[in-house]
Amino acid sequence: MTKSYLSIRDLNASIHRGPPLLRGVSLDVAQGEVRCLVGESGAGKSMIGKAVLGILPRAVVVTGGEIWLDGENLLAMPPAKRRKTIGAKAAMIPQDPLTALNPSHRVGPQITDRLVDILGWTRADADARAVELLGEVHIPEAERVLKMYPHELSGGMRQRILIASAFAAEPKLIIADEPTTALDVTVQKQILRLIAEMQRRHGTALLFVTHDLGVVSKVGNHLTVLFAGKVVEDASMREFFASPVHPYSRSLLAATPKYTDPTGSLNPVPQAVIDETMAEVAAYDREHGHG
Amino acid sequence: MAEPIYKVRDLKVSVPDMARKPLIGAAPRLEILKGLSFEIARGSVMGIVGGSGSGKSTLGRTLIRLTQPSEGRILFDGTDITDLGENRLRPLRRKFQMIFQDPMSSLNPRRRIGGIIAGPLKLQGYDGIDNRVRESLDLVGLPRAFAGRYPHELSGGQRQRVGIARAIALRPEFILADEIVSGLDVSSQAQVLNLLEELVRELGLTLAFISHDLSVVRRLCGRIIVLRQGEIVENAETGTLFDNPQADYTKELLAAIPLPDPDQVWV
Repeated sequence: MTKSYLSIRDLNASIHRGPPLLRGVSLDVAQGEVRCLVGESGAGKSMIGKAVLGILPRAVVVTGGEIWLDGENLLAMPPAKRRKTIGAKAAMIPQDPLTALNPSHRVGPQITDRLVDILGWTRADADARAVELLGEVHIPEAERVLKMYPHELSGGMRQRILIASAFAAEPKLIIADEPTTALDVTVQKQILRLIAEMQRRHGTALLFVTHDLGVVSKVGNHLTVLFAGKVVEDASMREFFASPVHPYSRSLLAATPKYTDPTGSLNPVPQAVIDETMAEVAAYDREHGHG
Repeated sequence: MAEPIYKVRDLKVSVPDMARKPLIGAAPRLEILKGLSFEIARGSVMGIVGGSGSGKSTLGRTLIRLTQPSEGRILFDGTDITDLGENRLRPLRRKFQMIFQDPMSSLNPRRRIGGIIAGPLKLQGYDGIDNRVRESLDLVGLPRAFAGRYPHELSGGQRQRVGIARAIALRPEFILADEIVSGLDVSSQAQVLNLLEELVRELGLTLAFISHDLSVVRRLCGRIIVLRQGEIVENAETGTLFDNPQADYTKELLAAIPLPDPDQVWV
């Protein structure tokens, strides 16, 4: 059996003294596996990634559960050790490559500083690694590009740099939070293929957050559908697209546009399905003493 | 066939290229639109599609004269609006309105929804404004009580409905919608597109719908223009464009769309 690099058990989080945001979320991402995390805005899909990386907003508190990263429970560790473990074993590919890069620094140090300052590499090793990585993400003339500033690069190039940066320290787990939402379709395709290629080559566990089921069907092995911070479906990709089980995930699939369909397939999630799923969430809250 | 609402001939837009400006003297011109000619039929929905940097937003903004063309002619409803000054444009502006991409930044966060929708009505000197605001809210399917709320109290889909309500409050003949669903979840996206389709039918609107995503325009648009680097690479009926695309760029755009189907060949 392949090893589970990320294992989340019954994770609960809420706004400080406020309503719950995550309701008993459990999921696993094994070595070399891609799990997509799907849901509408506000469903809590980015929250899960942030909880794993320890970068939740101040107002959000984890109220219960376990997060196992490569066999260690992050939530049971003292904060300093937790930060170190996360820094060494996990990385992130963010949504917006422009805001994720510091505009006043050249891109090279933005890849290498973390390796030198936090992981204790020598400067020469880190620089060599950056050149090698840019080759892996198909950026020609790596030495020249590493000396450029972010504004001199296109959106697609910036996203390649961030992908290279995420893989730099050979993390066990990478969390990609809507990495292609800001890109147009042709660039999106290149970037998705690149992420898949890198993930396979390095055998990384990838947690891929997206709202687009079209993208899911191209990159995922497994998916988790979230609604109001609660997992409503956990399935293998094949199973899901053949026959989604939960009415909410079925409706979400039906709402995804298909350009091959002349009628345009514009089917919003029916209010009845939303009400029904909300009722499930309310029942969960009553059972667990939130409501 | 009726006279088209828009006739565009050899439209060019250029801006000074400040990155290549010499130390002394004028900056060279950078062409954004390189001589576009097309027509938009009255009561039709025209899709304008292209990748980022293709000039689709510039084209839209030039159609409603938020951007000044550098060459060519734009005829709206038989009137040449290419060089009209702002004073002569203002009475025409009630006939063409715009819905913006990001409702959070295009709705003033300090004003209530009612005031936002009333804005253009006041500017154009209408009376019975409260009634018109209520009517607009009804048309986009928002409760009338929303007039007293602020934009941050609404969801993304509801905010985009407010943007639509503001645009239709003046009962324009033409609406430009620039990437209005790209920030929304699929379900809200479907709701907003269905609403637009209904409004086009009920109010006899003409619509130009700008999008980078061909998958959302199929149902809504009758014709589609595909732009690439400031040039029209294809202008065809929607059915023809999807079933038998001519330009390589159109084929590339279509092939890049990930369908929600694990068996789609996508390499």
